[in-house]
Amino acid sequence: MIKTAMVGLGKMGLSHLAIVRAHPGIELVAGCDATAYLTDVLSQHAGLKCYADFDRMLEQEPLDALIVATPSKLHAAMVSKALEHGLHVFCEKPFVLDTRDGDRLVALAEGKRVVNQVGYHYRFVGAFKEAARIVRSGAIGTVHHVRAEAYGPVVLRQKGGTWRSARNEGGGALYDYACHAIDLVNFIVGMPSAVGGVVRNGVFSRDVEDEIYCSLYFADGASGQLCVNWSDDSFRKMSTKVCVWGTNGRVTADRQECQVYLREPHAALPDAGKGWTVRYTTDLTEAVWFYLRGEEYSSQIDYFVRSIEMRRLDGENSFRSALDADRVVSMILAGNTGQAASAAAGLSNSQPAARGFFARWFGGRA
Amino acid sequence: MSVTNKMDRVLFGDNQFFGVNHMSEEKARAQLMRFQDLQAIIDVLDAAYAEGIRTFMCTTHDRVAEICDHFRAHPQKYPDYQFYPCMPYAHKYANAVTEHGMIEALRMFLPHDGAVGAMLKGGLALANKDIETIMQLLIDAEMKMFHGLRTPVVFMQNVITDLLLGLRMKQSFRIFHDHVRKRYGAEPGYITMNVPRLLDVLDELGIDNPIVCANINKIGFRMCGGIDAYEKAIAGRRFRPVAMSVLASGALSPREAIEYVCKQPRIEAIVFGASSRANIRQTKSLIDEMSVATA
Repeated sequence: MIKTAMVGLGKMGLSHLAIVRAHPGIELVAGCDATAYLTDVLSQHAGLKCYADFDRMLEQEPLDALIVATPSKLHAAMVSKALEHGLHVFCEKPFVLDTRDGDRLVALAEGKRVVNQVGYHYRFVGAFKEAARIVRSGAIGTVHHVRAEAYGPVVLRQKGGTWRSARNEGGGALYDYACHAIDLVNFIVGMPSAVGGVVRNGVFSRDVEDEIYCSLYFADGASGQLCVNWSDDSFRKMSTKVCVWGTNGRVTADRQECQVYLREPHAALPDAGKGWTVRYTTDLTEAVWFYLRGEEYSSQIDYFVRSIEMRRLDGENSFRSALDADRVVSMILAGNTGQAASAAAGLSNSQPAARGFFARWFGGRA
Repeated sequence: MSVTNKMDRVLFGDNQFFGVNHMSEEKARAQLMRFQDLQAIIDVLDAAYAEGIRTFMCTTHDRVAEICDHFRAHPQKYPDYQFYPCMPYAHKYANAVTEHGMIEALRMFLPHDGAVGAMLKGGLALANKDIETIMQLLIDAEMKMFHGLRTPVVFMQNVITDLLLGLRMKQSFRIFHDHVRKRYGAEPGYITMNVPRLLDVLDELGIDNPIVCANINKIGFRMCGGIDAYEKAIAGRRFRPVAMSVLASGALSPREAIEYVCKQPRIEAIVFGASSRANIRQTKSLIDEMSVATA
């Protein structure tokens, strides 16, 4: 049994706590949160040993692993302390707000040779895994464009008093919805090398952005678009979609299905013929031992446990991989803000996308 | 309404009305568009009623309140109609928690006056009694829309059942059970994706012969613990199974799907949703046919 503790028992934390407590390979020895009413309920009604002080928990509990689900601004310091104690660490996304912290933590985790994972759960959704598999197989040819979108109904009026509405605490749709979309781009087609035409607007929020749009530029000349808006209640819940265009076809994936269109059949993908092939979640989903909200949440925890058991240090969603998403966030933050500025930047940034694509088609590289 | 009453064999579900589709987001959106008109929903419920389905198993979605208004206004048209509420519609809570934080969200969904209002204002130290009171008030808030309608079974939604199950907040199942029986004279039910694990806990609490609704389908889709464990539990353990997602979101042909479910012994009821009279008739008659065949 892996002796594990959890810090951060908010919305995501409670969901993790339920899954972790149901896992046969984990002994959850303690939870930690500064909010007294939460720890009161959990200690009285769920029999969970609770701490208000993170340092005290680390000192007093003999642990193998820690799960961090605190507000984002606290991640770096807590992960750092856990690594110093030699613990395996699972950290909620986004990994860090400052990529310099991320560099240090990656080095520390790799130096300590402990398992390190970040909660980008979409990488455990069957349809997105399938999209990544298809793109990597080369069946859709050379990728020339990707579009990642995330929409949903989170901020729908001018209000909000949680850390999610505070810029310096990792609030806003960029650190929430957009991180997932960015990580999926990194997962399926690789990390962009630059961004441009950045638009970050508060639709209803004063201090943070509710929508983010930007272009993505890849080292091989491919381009992409990121479209994120969490003030859209025409979606019932968060809806994330990735579409990848290649020289031999297209792949589109969301949580429910993966559609592939092949111009010509490809040896790397014998199960898909010319034209459309659609696979659904019922077919793509692997069974889990416990279900809450979606298989992917359980799968990622199980993957963490297996990594510890088999000492897999370079698995999916490692700190190193999650830091790539943070780097893209940094690039977006370094871009211009506000509509007018973005429009101007968009004009001056419009050329790299065309260069790559046309170069491939007409420049003899394809 | 006696709490020991048998359930109807066929229950009508509501996923199709509220954009829940486990196969396709596009199809879900098309359904949302079609059913944003209340009359379109009523027409489908009428079609199901005409096929002999008189139980609507529905989430406590805001729009269900409008459906309830319709049934309250026309008692003579549906003399034996009944609702099986499934609570809560979790997204409204989840979105409120993200936007406002946990305590503020709780405040929004509870009555503002009286002891609880004072408790929420006063910083909140949740003792045993407070948790029970809060749960009861949340149940009452969800039940309001069904006032004056028959609700012989009241379900806890799977996202809550399974969250409490994983957290090991076992007593909350007892609180739900007791309040639903005492306050509403109804039989409590639990929707879950984790049948064997939930049955262990309900047994431990001494909740006898509980109604448990879960995915039961031939391909084992979202049947945690495995299809074998489910079949064994259905055959051997004391509970009243209600099968949902029998078509596995369309992954199975209706005949094959219904045949499998009807072959399982002791499944008391089957819930399915459909949007057309033809599909309702087909599924209903398959269940009738197979139920007779395997009786």
